[in-house]
Amino acid sequence: MERSYAVEIVYRGIFQKNLAKNIARGIVLAARREGKVGIAFGRYGDSPERNGIPAKQFAIVAPNEEILQESMAQYEPKEVDVTIVLDDTLCKGVESWAWYGLQPINKLLKPGGTLIVTSLLEPDELIKFIHRKPYEYNLAIVKGAASFSGLWVYKDDHTDVRVLGAVARVAPEMVSLGSIQQMILREWKNELKATSAEKSYSRITMRKVLPHEGNPEEPYSFVLPRWYEMREGIAIPAIPVGGKYNEEGGFAATPNPYFKKFSTRTMRPVVDFDKCVKCTLCWLQCPDTCYNVTPDGYYDVNLDTCCGCGVCEAVCPVDGCITMIHETNFTDHKSQWKMWKQDKQAYAKWVDELRRSRPPRSHGFQYRGQYEKELASIAEER
Amino acid sequence: MDVPETVVLEQEQEEEALISGSEAIAVACKLADVDVITAYPIRPYDTVMQYVAKLVANGELDCEYIVAESEHSQFEIVKHAAAVGARVFCGSSGVGWMYAFEALTVTPALRLPVVAMVGNRALDDPGAFGVEHNDALAVRDLGWMLVWVDTAQEALDTALIAWRVAEDRRVFLPCAIGCDGAFLTHSQSLVRIPPKSKVQKFLPRYDRGDLLLHPDNPITIAPQVNEDWLMEIRKQTDEAMRRAKGVIEEAYRDFENTFGRVYGNPFFEEYQTEDAEVVLVGMGTLSMPVKVAVRQMRQKGKKVGFVRIRWFRPMATQELQACLSRFKAVGVIDRDFSLGSPYMSGVLANDIRSVLYSASARPAVVGFICGLGGREVTVPDVRQMVEILEKAASGEPVEPTYWIGLRE
Repeated sequence: MERSYAVEIVYRGIFQKNLAKNIARGIVLAARREGKVGIAFGRYGDSPERNGIPAKQFAIVAPNEEILQESMAQYEPKEVDVTIVLDDTLCKGVESWAWYGLQPINKLLKPGGTLIVTSLLEPDELIKFIHRKPYEYNLAIVKGAASFSGLWVYKDDHTDVRVLGAVARVAPEMVSLGSIQQMILREWKNELKATSAEKSYSRITMRKVLPHEGNPEEPYSFVLPRWYEMREGIAIPAIPVGGKYNEEGGFAATPNPYFKKFSTRTMRPVVDFDKCVKCTLCWLQCPDTCYNVTPDGYYDVNLDTCCGCGVCEAVCPVDGCITMIHETNFTDHKSQWKMWKQDKQAYAKWVDELRRSRPPRSHGFQYRGQYEKELASIAEER
Repeated sequence: MDVPETVVLEQEQEEEALISGSEAIAVACKLADVDVITAYPIRPYDTVMQYVAKLVANGELDCEYIVAESEHSQFEIVKHAAAVGARVFCGSSGVGWMYAFEALTVTPALRLPVVAMVGNRALDDPGAFGVEHNDALAVRDLGWMLVWVDTAQEALDTALIAWRVAEDRRVFLPCAIGCDGAFLTHSQSLVRIPPKSKVQKFLPRYDRGDLLLHPDNPITIAPQVNEDWLMEIRKQTDEAMRRAKGVIEEAYRDFENTFGRVYGNPFFEEYQTEDAEVVLVGMGTLSMPVKVAVRQMRQKGKKVGFVRIRWFRPMATQELQACLSRFKAVGVIDRDFSLGSPYMSGVLANDIRSVLYSASARPAVVGFICGLGGREVTVPDVRQMVEILEKAASGEPVEPTYWIGLRE
């Protein structure tokens, strides 16, 4: 290896904080077995102590200290060889809290680099969420749902080592499977985990992604203002007061134009308007004022601002009226109320299909013992 | 007693009154028609709040007078009041000022023109009431304008100037007026009190413009930012401090035209420096014993002078350098300490060294730490300092820093 390698790990705050850190550390420690040097660090500007918020870890590996320093002189990498995504809903893009708008998940990926995603979806299904690149890159899928492994209340599901096995496969120059396994035995003293890494190494699904493939949307771009162009006194325009939902009436809150928040979401509320009793609870309890009042007195969620917390589902008194559905089932932020108004039958069918789709939830369980059952099925798969 | 002790009336003519430095500040609050004043007692600042309370109780001053539950809240309240367009006044001393520190640090970047009086007091421990300048100096790097005054008259005048400068759209920075505990805050002297009509002419209404926090001007202030934004915000505050210097000059010129009292150079006062070979530099009330000692030594033929710095922030770097580089030796009297700093000097001495570094003719600079904890700076102390300066001027080796008036 002649040059340095950069890996970024995109994960969800709190839930995957330790998992992402373990993977970043694992890469550097394994490369160390080969006499290389490296550094692992979290993106300081992120806020990984907040539930579900997109955040990043980085691992840089270099053949020697001098090359590592040259790489680290630019602390946060501007381009990476491998991007690891620990929750496939992040493939739609990530919005940092600091006014950068939605940015593509593969933004930093070099030509010919690899995007590793843990997902239950097939590559073709995933690619439609991911923004297009002007050049070719690779997509590798480690089969599995978004993992909470490493969060102390959850048991170890081996996602850390399965991802590390995949890293050895896509960037063997940076770190070999043998080194990954040596590192696992040294750090975790667990042979089963070393075996998991090897199985993942051989089982990952790989596919080239061509320049014309993916979400054609132009990523949000911006120019940071000069100091004298900024308003003084750290003052920014407030969010304007809301107004009518449409010309017929109702009420819609004005969303924040700078920060939308939806990339924090892994599930979205789907409202079955046929069941709604207009009790107001979803509208009242939503912590982000996402529910708008329609002219006919229903509550229509603004999917640009909804962070998917699920409070509306929890407070809704009608069984099956609001259901949280996994975000990979959707590619747009269309108004549900408008869809319903347009064709009530088609809408009812759509809602019914969504409820039966897999996976039902990104996190949390619907019954006692569900987690043990999921673990067993993962073991069976191995 | 139904006769108010505070002798301020709605007079049309300038009047003379015998008042303390603290009372002079309170009178300035009345003349400036301050909207919101917050208070929390700590000596020696508390004398100001007492006088303000009396003015309010007597119906002479119509303001929101809020006695907060701590200095931190005291400064937070005026900060917010300034954001909604109120002219404000606040103050504290010693560790009280330090307790407000978080509120003090957030005020400059928000560009809120809070005017505060710091009744300079030693920082506890040990508990002590006497003057030291370390309290006010603690904010010297943060975007607070800092000015030290010498007399009650200057306290009144400078407070009016402070609002004028702080509330100028080009500046919008907080300003603290350093008033030496006891010597200024607790001594009554004769003060000319201008009529309110003239003050109104000098001091325009505080207009926050598009930065006004008001439902008709919906803005959010102080959002969280990251490394892509903060440096630009710091630069904006820096630029405001740079502009403050010109605005201060403007204000003093206008002050002279309006009130007829002449301060000359706003930033520092020179005393008998024309032909001086060595000078002392200092801030605040120590000017009285220094001036007396200078006069006595001049009678004995010593070419000695004194430079009293008013504006410590912004510091008039070029003017000070031009002034001080004329002399053979400069002695800086610090009523403060900066432990572990270069030459183990005080804060002012090291700033003056820095001012002089780029001068083509650099005088010797000697630091004198003197008058701590309210100890008097005496005429013999000053004579001792001048003797050391004369040695330095003639090229004899001297220490970079001396503690003067210390029992040794």
